[in-house]
Amino acid sequence: MKFTLSWLKDHLETDASAEEIAEALTHLGLELESLSNPADTLRPFVIARVIEARQHPNADRLRVCLVDPGSGSPVQVVCGAPNARTGMTGVFAPPGSWVPGTGIELKVGTIRGVESNGMLVSERELQLSDEHEGIIDLPADAPVGQPYARWMGLDDPVIDVAVTPNRPDALGVYGIARDLAAKGIGRLKPVEAMPVAGAFPSPIPVDLRFEDPASTPCPLFVGRTIRGVRNGPSPAWMQRRLRAIGLRPISALVDITNYVTHGYGRPLHVFDADKVTGTIHARLARDGETIAALDGRVYALDGTMTVIADDHGPESIAGIMGGERTGCTEATTSVFLESAYFDPIRTATTGRKLGINSDARYRFERGVDPAFVKPGAEIATRLILDLCGGEASDLAVAGAPPIRSRSYPLRMDRVRTLAGIDIPVEDQIGILEALGFTVAGTDAEIVAEVPTWRPDIDGEADLVEEIVRIYGLNAIENVPLPRLEAVTGRRITVAQRRRFLAARALAARGFNEAVTWSFLPRTQAELFGGGQPSLVLANPISTELSDMRPSLLPNLVAAAGRNFARGFADVMLFEAGQVYGGDRPEDEHLNVTGVRRGMSGPRHWSAPPRPVDVFDAKADALAVLAAAGAPIDRLQVVAEGPSWYHPGRAGSFMLGPKNRLASFGELHPRVLDAMDVPGPLVGFEVDLDAVPLPKSARTTRPALAASDLQAVRRDFAFLVDADVAAERLVRAARGADKALVQNVNVFDVFTGPSVGEGRKSIALEVVLQPRERTLTDEEIDKVARSIVTAVEKATGGQLRT
Amino acid sequence: MTQDLDSLEHEIRAALSAASDERALEAVRVGALGKKGSLSERLKALGAMSPEERKVAGPALNDLKNRIGEAIERRRGELREAALAERLRTEKVDVTLPARFEPVGTIHPVTQVMEEVIAIFGDMGFSVAEGPHIETDWYNFGALNIPPEHPARQEHDTFYFNPRADGTRMVLRTHTSPVQIRTMENQAPPIRIIAPGRTFRSDSDQTHTPMFHQVEGLVIDETTHLGHLKGTLEAFCKAFFEIDEVKMRFRPSHFPFTEPSMEVDIGCSWEGGELKIGAGDSWLEILGSGMVHPNVIRAGGLDPDRYQGFAFGMGIDRIAMLKYGIPDLRAFFEADLRWLRHYGFAALAMPSLAEGLSV
Repeated sequence: MKFTLSWLKDHLETDASAEEIAEALTHLGLELESLSNPADTLRPFVIARVIEARQHPNADRLRVCLVDPGSGSPVQVVCGAPNARTGMTGVFAPPGSWVPGTGIELKVGTIRGVESNGMLVSERELQLSDEHEGIIDLPADAPVGQPYARWMGLDDPVIDVAVTPNRPDALGVYGIARDLAAKGIGRLKPVEAMPVAGAFPSPIPVDLRFEDPASTPCPLFVGRTIRGVRNGPSPAWMQRRLRAIGLRPISALVDITNYVTHGYGRPLHVFDADKVTGTIHARLARDGETIAALDGRVYALDGTMTVIADDHGPESIAGIMGGERTGCTEATTSVFLESAYFDPIRTATTGRKLGINSDARYRFERGVDPAFVKPGAEIATRLILDLCGGEASDLAVAGAPPIRSRSYPLRMDRVRTLAGIDIPVEDQIGILEALGFTVAGTDAEIVAEVPTWRPDIDGEADLVEEIVRIYGLNAIENVPLPRLEAVTGRRITVAQRRRFLAARALAARGFNEAVTWSFLPRTQAELFGGGQPSLVLANPISTELSDMRPSLLPNLVAAAGRNFARGFADVMLFEAGQVYGGDRPEDEHLNVTGVRRGMSGPRHWSAPPRPVDVFDAKADALAVLAAAGAPIDRLQVVAEGPSWYHPGRAGSFMLGPKNRLASFGELHPRVLDAMDVPGPLVGFEVDLDAVPLPKSARTTRPALAASDLQAVRRDFAFLVDADVAAERLVRAARGADKALVQNVNVFDVFTGPSVGEGRKSIALEVVLQPRERTLTDEEIDKVARSIVTAVEKATGGQLRT
Repeated sequence: MTQDLDSLEHEIRAALSAASDERALEAVRVGALGKKGSLSERLKALGAMSPEERKVAGPALNDLKNRIGEAIERRRGELREAALAERLRTEKVDVTLPARFEPVGTIHPVTQVMEEVIAIFGDMGFSVAEGPHIETDWYNFGALNIPPEHPARQEHDTFYFNPRADGTRMVLRTHTSPVQIRTMENQAPPIRIIAPGRTFRSDSDQTHTPMFHQVEGLVIDETTHLGHLKGTLEAFCKAFFEIDEVKMRFRPSHFPFTEPSMEVDIGCSWEGGELKIGAGDSWLEILGSGMVHPNVIRAGGLDPDRYQGFAFGMGIDRIAMLKYGIPDLRAFFEADLRWLRHYGFAALAMPSLAEGLSV
C-alpha cells in the first residue's frame, strides 16, 4: 500500500516527519517497505528559460540553445527535441547530474562539433511519464532557477507499507491515518462525505437479481447518474498522487475511482451511462457468458461469479474489473457511478479462477467497510462534479449494508495476563475508541463494539492485540520462562537422538552429509519402488520434482553423478531423512542412507586404491546400525536386497524373518544406466524406524567377564560348494561350543583349479577362550573336532588337509 | 697365582674388547664363565686346595668372576647400542611423503543448526516433537484457524496431492505448525515443545526453495504471556548467535493461528559486505510468533478459557545462513561436495551449551 505524505496529511493533522511516520507505521504492524522522495533524484534539475534556439550548423535535427538556468550565466546546450524553441521554459540538467530515465551521468560534451553543457530533459528522462516526443514545456510563468521537482509538487515523500491480509481498513490512506492518530502521531480529520442532493431521479435504476434470496454475493448496490460531464485529463495534483503510487492517469472519471479506492479503500466503478441499456443489476453470471474486460481480454464466466449487467448482458466482473462495452472514454458525457459491497470469498474465488489481480479485487476479497458504500459514492460524486462538472441524480439503492453488530467483552486485566503488560484502564479504552470501537462497561470488564471497517476483530484476544499494537510491543518487558526443574532432563527421545548419532558416525567415517529434495522425477521414483498415485503431487514445481521419494538413494545417486561430472570421481554422501511409502503418517520412515562412488581413495605412493564394493556398503550399514543401537549380534544377513541393487551383490540385515533393518549393495547396472551415473557405485539404506528401541532405561552395565587365561587360536580351512554362504560356516563353528568359541573370523576365501570347479576354500580362525582353567591339548583337539564336524554337517564341505 | 689371575683377566678383557657382535661376546663369556670356561675351571680347582690356599684363592677368584661378569654385561650394552644405532641409521624414511588417505566427513549445516536449536531450547525445558510431512488439510490449515477461503491459503503456495476417492486431498505441510495441534492432542499441559523439520511451498527463486526447514515452538500452560515469548526469543537469539547483547525489534503482524501476533527482526550491519548480527541499523526478519489463537487451542482439544501460551516459527536454513554467512539458500540442497566440505561441520563438533555451540 503506497501513499504520499501530503495525501496522508489530507486526513491527519501532524507535524511528524516522514521518517517518524514511517517508523511509527512499522510499530503499528504496517511494516515499512520503502520511504522515498521522488524529488531526491530530481534535485539537480532546475527550471530554465531558452534564451535562444538556433539551428545546429552540422545537423538538421539538432538545435543549439542558449539556456538560462537562473544562475545569471547562460549555458550552451545542444538539443534534439522538435519542440525546443526560443523563449520556451523547460527543465535543465547541468553536467554532473544523473538522469534517472537514461541512467547516465551527464558530462560536458561535443555534439557534431558544438559544445553542449548539460541537457534539456523530457518527462521520460525524469521518469515522470512515458512522454518523450519533446522536452518538458512549462508555462511561461514557471520560476526560472527553482528546482523543478519542488515547483511541480513532486517533493512529496512516498511511503510504501506491507498490509497484512487481516487489515482491509489499512488499504486506504484514511485508515492508515486512523492508526497513526490512535498511536498519537497527530489528529484524525473527519471524513467529508455529505450526501450530494440529487437534481433528478437516476434514469438508470439498480437492482439485485439473485435467485436465492438468502445468498449474499452482493447485499448492497448503489449508484447514480451524473450527466453533462466533461471527461478530460484529471488535474495535475491528482495525477501526481496517482503517479507517485505507481498508477497511470487515464481520464478524470477513471482517475477519481482510483483515487477513492486508494484514499479510502473504497473501490468504485464508472459506466458510460449512454452505453447502458435498461436496469443495472447484480446477478450471478450464466455459464457460457463472456465479457470483454477493460484489460483488453475476454473472460469466460460461470455461475459462481457475480457480474454487473444491463439488458445486454454482463458489463463488469463484480468487484474485480469493468467491461469494455460500457467503459468511460474521453467522449463520455453521462456517467453512472457504482458503489457496492461484494462478498469477499466469492470475489477471491472469481479473481483466482479468472487470474485477474486488481486493486478492487484486492480490497473486496479482504472485506471493504460495508458502512462506507454510500459515503464512498458521495465522495466520488463530489469529485466528479468538481472536476468534470455536470449534474448528479439521486442515489439509486438496492439492498442494505451487510452490517452485523459485533461486541466482545474485554476483562481489564486480560492485557496483563495475556500480553504481560499493565496498561491503565483509561489508556486501554482510549486506544480502542481512537480505533473506532464503541466502549461501555466497568473498570473490571468492558464491552467493545467493533467498527464496521474491522472484519478481523473476533474476540477478546483481538482486542488485546489492538491495545498492545497501538501501545507498542517494545513496552512489554522481556521475561524469561520460569524453569520447570532445576536440571533439564532428556529433551529428545532415544529415537530422535539416533538420527544425530547415525549422522555423526557416518561423518566420522568420511561421509559428507547432504540434504536433498523430498521429491524426485517419476522415472526415478519408479526405479526405487515408488510412483504410486497417492504420492504424486497434483501441482509439482516441475516434472523433475513430481513424486515423493520412496528412498533416499536416487537423490544421492544423482548427486554422485553431478559431482562426478564436476570432476569429483570419489564420492561419499549420505542423508538422514524421511522416505514416503504412502500418505499416512505411519508410512513416513526416517532413513539413513549413503552412497560411495569411485575408488577407496586417491592414488597413493604406498598402495593403490581399490574400487568401492559391496563390503564397504555393508560396513557402513553396520556402523549406522551400531550407532542406532541395533542388536548387532542378533542380526541376520540375507543375500537379498531390493530390486534396485545388483541381484548378486546385495544383502539385507534382518531382525527376525520380516523386519528388514537395512539393505546394502552395489546398485543395479540397469538403475545406474537409467540414471546415467557411471559406477562403481554402492549404497546402503538403514530404516531407523525399524530399529527396535532399547527395552530398559537401565544405565548399569553387566559385569565384565574378562578371562586372564590365554586364549587359543586355531585355523581351519574347508572346501565347500561355491554357493555356500560363509555365514553358515561361521554360525556352525560358533555353535560347536558356545561356551568356548569366542570368535570366528573368516580370513581367506579362495577359488581356483586347485580346489576344483564349483568349489571354494574358506579359512576360519577360531578363538577359544577358556574361563576356568587352561585347556589341555586333548580338550583343544576335542573342540577342534566338534567344530569340523559341525561345519561339515552344516555345509556339506570337508576340512582341507 | 695372583700373577696367573692377572694375566687371565687381561686375556679375557682383551677378548671382550675384540668381540664385535653379540655372538662373539657370547663366545668370550662361554670361554670364561661357561661350564668349561677358564675361570670356571679354576673355581672347580678350589675344591682340591688346602683350606689355607683356598682362603686366599677363593675370594680372589670370586672377585674376578664378578668383575668379568660385569665387564661382559657392559660390553653387551655397548654392542647393543652400536647395533641399534646402525639399524636406526639404515631405517630412515622420507617423512615428507603424504600420509595414508582418510576421508574427512562433514555434517550438513541444517543438521548442525537443528542440534544447536535443540540444545538451546532443551535447556529452557522444550522437548522435541515431530509430525508427518504429508498432512491433512485440517492439521495444516483448518485447525490452525485458516478456513478454506482464507487469503493466507493462497499465500502459502501449497503443494497438493491428487484428491482421494472421498474428495479429500492431502497436502505437503506448508509449515511446522500442524505439530502444535498434534502435540496438544497427545499431551496434557504444561506443554513446551519445539518441532524442527521439513516444510514445503511451491515457490522457487533466488531466495525460495520448494523445500526448506522450520522450527516450531509451542508453550501451553495457564500463565505464559507475551512477555515470556519476548524473553524466550531474546534468550534464544543471544545463545544462538553467541553474542552478549542483541538488538531486537518486535513488530505487530498477523498470522491466523496467533493473536496477538508479532514478527521479530534482529539488528544487523553490513560492513564491507560482511554481515554482523546483533547490532547496527539494519533489520533482518527472523521469525513469526504470537500468543496461540483461542481457536487453535480449542482445535487442539484444550479449553482456551483455561489455557494460553505462545508459538513461533523460524526458518532453520535462514538462521543458518545468517549465523554462518552462507549466501545462497538453493545451494543447501544441491549436494555439491565443494559446498558440503566448505560449509559443513566436523563429525565430532556436537553443539552443547556447556561446551559451546560452534567452534
